[in-house]
Amino acid sequence: MSLRQHLTAPLIGNNPITLQILGICSALAVTTTLSTALTMSVALTVVLCLSGGVISLMRHHIPPSIRLIIQITIVASIVIVIDQFMQAFMFEMSKKLSIFVGLIVTNCLVLGRAEAFAMRNPVLPSVLDGLGNGLGYSLVLLIVGALREFLGTGSLMGVPLVTTVAEGGWFQPLGLMQLAPSAFFILGVLVWLVRVMRPEQVERPEFRLQAPEDGRS
Amino acid sequence: MAEPFSPIKRFLARSNDDLVKIIGMAVLVALVSSAAVSVTAVMLRPYQEANQAAERQARMDKMLDTLPGMRDLMMETGVDTLETRLVNLDDGSFADSAEAAGFDLEAALQDPEASIALPADEDIAGIKRRANQSPVYLLQKDGDLKLIVLPVYGAGYQSTLRAALAIEADLVTIAALAIVEQGDTPGFGARIEEPEWLALWPGKKIADETGSIRIELVRGGASTPYEVDGISGATRTSTGITNILHFWLGDKGFGPFLARLRQEGL
Repeated sequence: MSLRQHLTAPLIGNNPITLQILGICSALAVTTTLSTALTMSVALTVVLCLSGGVISLMRHHIPPSIRLIIQITIVASIVIVIDQFMQAFMFEMSKKLSIFVGLIVTNCLVLGRAEAFAMRNPVLPSVLDGLGNGLGYSLVLLIVGALREFLGTGSLMGVPLVTTVAEGGWFQPLGLMQLAPSAFFILGVLVWLVRVMRPEQVERPEFRLQAPEDGRS
Repeated sequence: MAEPFSPIKRFLARSNDDLVKIIGMAVLVALVSSAAVSVTAVMLRPYQEANQAAERQARMDKMLDTLPGMRDLMMETGVDTLETRLVNLDDGSFADSAEAAGFDLEAALQDPEASIALPADEDIAGIKRRANQSPVYLLQKDGDLKLIVLPVYGAGYQSTLRAALAIEADLVTIAALAIVEQGDTPGFGARIEEPEWLALWPGKKIADETGSIRIELVRGGASTPYEVDGISGATRTSTGITNILHFWLGDKGFGPFLARLRQEGL
């Protein structure tokens, strides 16, 4: 795999959310508006790059018996540092994201990339892999966030694009879009679209119905 | 093969299955991580505290804006913010006004001289220690009290709730409640910050004619002037607010202060 592929493969072909189905929890929680989705995307991408780089740098000296503990410690420290920076310099945003920045630690995506990639690859590919997966995650988050904010409130990034009925216009906001289930619907449609375009992503069924042997059910 | 010369190289050269290496790496990672986290936290604390102070001020301003006519009254009296006074909670008297500016609640709670430990049965707000003094915020016009704001705090569901309770001149009617700080569950307990819910408070009474504290959050269908609708799905946050108000309006809180105001005025 070339260096550029590390970056581009996770965007659509090997997208962490639509193919690997990782990081769903935060994808539901922070996508009510585009601005929170954007901030969360940046935070997660930074965490992925840094943790990938650090873990790859010390991969030869991480004892296999305690590797998960070491990985999670490193990831947690990076996340706390970023959370502290946000509370100091992006106070309003950190209040909106509340606990979800801290919960990046438990995002399967971060530990997943550390364990599956950074432990076995040199620093540069690991950072690029982190960046690629972060961007793939961001892409999905931004699509979901944009759809939910626009359909739910009629604005984007807090800027009203269409006048809502409440303000004398024609647009009736879809309240459902501001609730968590709508993120599932949008994610489901996204996964479906990607798999229609790329049928190789469709999983083989684990079990098939067997034909009744003697006519009885 | 040349012997590795420094202890670090010798340590790193050990096998990854070696017990010394395993424990050593664990200790090393823990040390470096905790150092990084501590340094950032300490270095950024001034910025974070400035943010929180600005936030508290903004909320106090916002609460004043929700009170009808309050801004006009303040314009008339020629003040742009409320007067801060320090109250001795035990006897309800005012402390020297010079002390009010330098009052630091956190420092007072650390100091055994300036705070008391609360026995478990009296500590309904879940705060463990209570400072002997507390700031209150007053608005007066020509020597008449118009509004008094009491800062209250205590345990919510998973965070400390801080609120400001504004009481009208009769010392019974609530003018407004403002949530100053909270970290309860977003979407449930955190809904105590929503304007729709805070709008339920003005006009409620904290106590009945006999003076006993009656204000409480109830599950759906508040019917008396002492009841406010709680938040569904956030029972512990709602109970927390009831307990906080009962503690701070009670004998260990501002009770003596309010009693003194009723009897002798400012």
